[in-house]
Amino acid sequence: MSLPDVTEKWTNNILQVTLGTEPNQVTIGGHTSLPFLHFEGETPNKTYVAMEIIDVEPADWESVMTEQFGDAIKNPADWAKKCVDDFGAEMICLSLYGIHPDFGDLSAEHAVDVAKSVSDAVDVPLIIWGCGDNDKDNTVLPAIAEALKGKNVLLGSAAEDNYKTLVAACQMGGHNMITESPLDINIAKQVNILVSDSGFPLDRVVMYPTTGALGYGLEYAYSIMERGRLAALGGDKMMSCPVICRVGTEVTRVKEAKASIEEQPTWGPVDKREPMWEAMTASALLMAGADIMILRNPKAVEIIKNMVADLMKK
Amino acid sequence: MYIVGERINGMYTDIKNAIINKDKEAVHKHALAQIKAGASALDINVGPATADKEDAMVWLVETVREVTDITLAVDTAKYEAMKAGLEAAGGSLILNSTKGEDAAMDMWLPLAKEHDASVIILNIDEKGVPSNVEDRLEISMRGLAKAMEYDIDIDKVIIDPIALPVNVAQAQPRVVLEAISQIRMLSDPSPHIIIGLSNICQRCSNPGLISRTFLTMCIGYGMDMAIADAYDEEQNEALITAELLMNKNIYCDSFIEAYCQD
Repeated sequence: MSLPDVTEKWTNNILQVTLGTEPNQVTIGGHTSLPFLHFEGETPNKTYVAMEIIDVEPADWESVMTEQFGDAIKNPADWAKKCVDDFGAEMICLSLYGIHPDFGDLSAEHAVDVAKSVSDAVDVPLIIWGCGDNDKDNTVLPAIAEALKGKNVLLGSAAEDNYKTLVAACQMGGHNMITESPLDINIAKQVNILVSDSGFPLDRVVMYPTTGALGYGLEYAYSIMERGRLAALGGDKMMSCPVICRVGTEVTRVKEAKASIEEQPTWGPVDKREPMWEAMTASALLMAGADIMILRNPKAVEIIKNMVADLMKK
Repeated sequence: MYIVGERINGMYTDIKNAIINKDKEAVHKHALAQIKAGASALDINVGPATADKEDAMVWLVETVREVTDITLAVDTAKYEAMKAGLEAAGGSLILNSTKGEDAAMDMWLPLAKEHDASVIILNIDEKGVPSNVEDRLEISMRGLAKAMEYDIDIDKVIIDPIALPVNVAQAQPRVVLEAISQIRMLSDPSPHIIIGLSNICQRCSNPGLISRTFLTMCIGYGMDMAIADAYDEEQNEALITAELLMNKNIYCDSFIEAYCQD
């Protein structure tokens, strides 16, 4: 008795977005079915692993992280280079913490200098994320867009109540843009409509539906990513953009990833625990449909890169 | 929601004259405008007054094909006109339509198969239009069996449970709704289900209100296709809203606009 063919026949693809410049220009997305189901559709581009660095020497990062980078952590360009050369980062995500009004309130000039130095130091695609304060980001991100014109970076992020400045900056600089929503699929769709209505092409948009760490909202993030991808494959063009996850950022906030074995004797050594927390979060989200995975811990980078290589085998 | 735009029909003066004078402009205009309005297919009907239906149908489909490759529903009761129309149009096709009686299906289904066309099978048999759900189901089941006999894929079978005007057959709309939900359960995957929406409101007052309300009710019961006026914006907004309420698309504040992008 032959088994019935239960493969799905989807009517729409995920869009492809191209990041960076030659020789390391990268394309993400383009899938014609759910993640890694090679028997059912095409997964033309793998999930890329980015490492996150920040624009200032981190004051409150745990030693489990900082000791792996040594002195390189004092300078963003050196730090980016170490991530790529020593730890195999396929992209660099530069998060601009230092410019936040509450954390240093550094200037747009500082941000532009750091962005340029990082861009000069590595030739992998660059993601640059603002600080989350709208007024500051609306000053800084356009300056960076101008300074890095032609570098085809991915700038973040546009939200429902603050997108016009970034749209203009990305249009002018020829960059790609992250659209952000707070674990709300309806807002995710709405932000994409708003930026699309402003004339920004959807095939230069990457969606950030917000990442929840394991134990802190992973399943919400997973469900939203999965539901969005199913809708996209079924024909919803507004949900058809590739997706980015900020795993390192979220995981390093949680106590399970930070607490020392002295504080929590039953939790095991933190130098294994932290990367595993990142890897567990990331590996689940890979299944929901993540095209860029931003991690902090080099050990997690190795695990996820190996996992992606395995999943891409047909 | 799959809308078959109904405007290219010889019962409209501009189309009738276009056929007579071989004037392509009105035909091109309505083909492109219906597609822009969101139609997924175009119904092509030479109308009741045209004498040489075969020639007229060939001219009409060829003229439409000059501007679009979209699915064409060749709409005629004359076999020769249907055959010629399907041959001339090529590409993606719907055979509109055959009655649900064996003799008719034996004649029309092979033609559909030959042209790889989807086929609309009406809930009408030797006894006419059924008055109840059970008889509609019986005709539908016979249609599915015949389609299988002629090796027509279920995805190409479209059942029309026949909507009658509410001012003359007021008990019928409820029967049609019930029939829609039960026809869906006849097979897995189920056949497509279509209604000629204009029939429900023929010669009624407030025809737009009646037809778009019935459309949303049909969507609630599981209908997935309609032959309708693609230009009716209130109808289209009601349709989009009905699909939203059926969880077919993700809600966003600009949900009407989002639908139109797809």
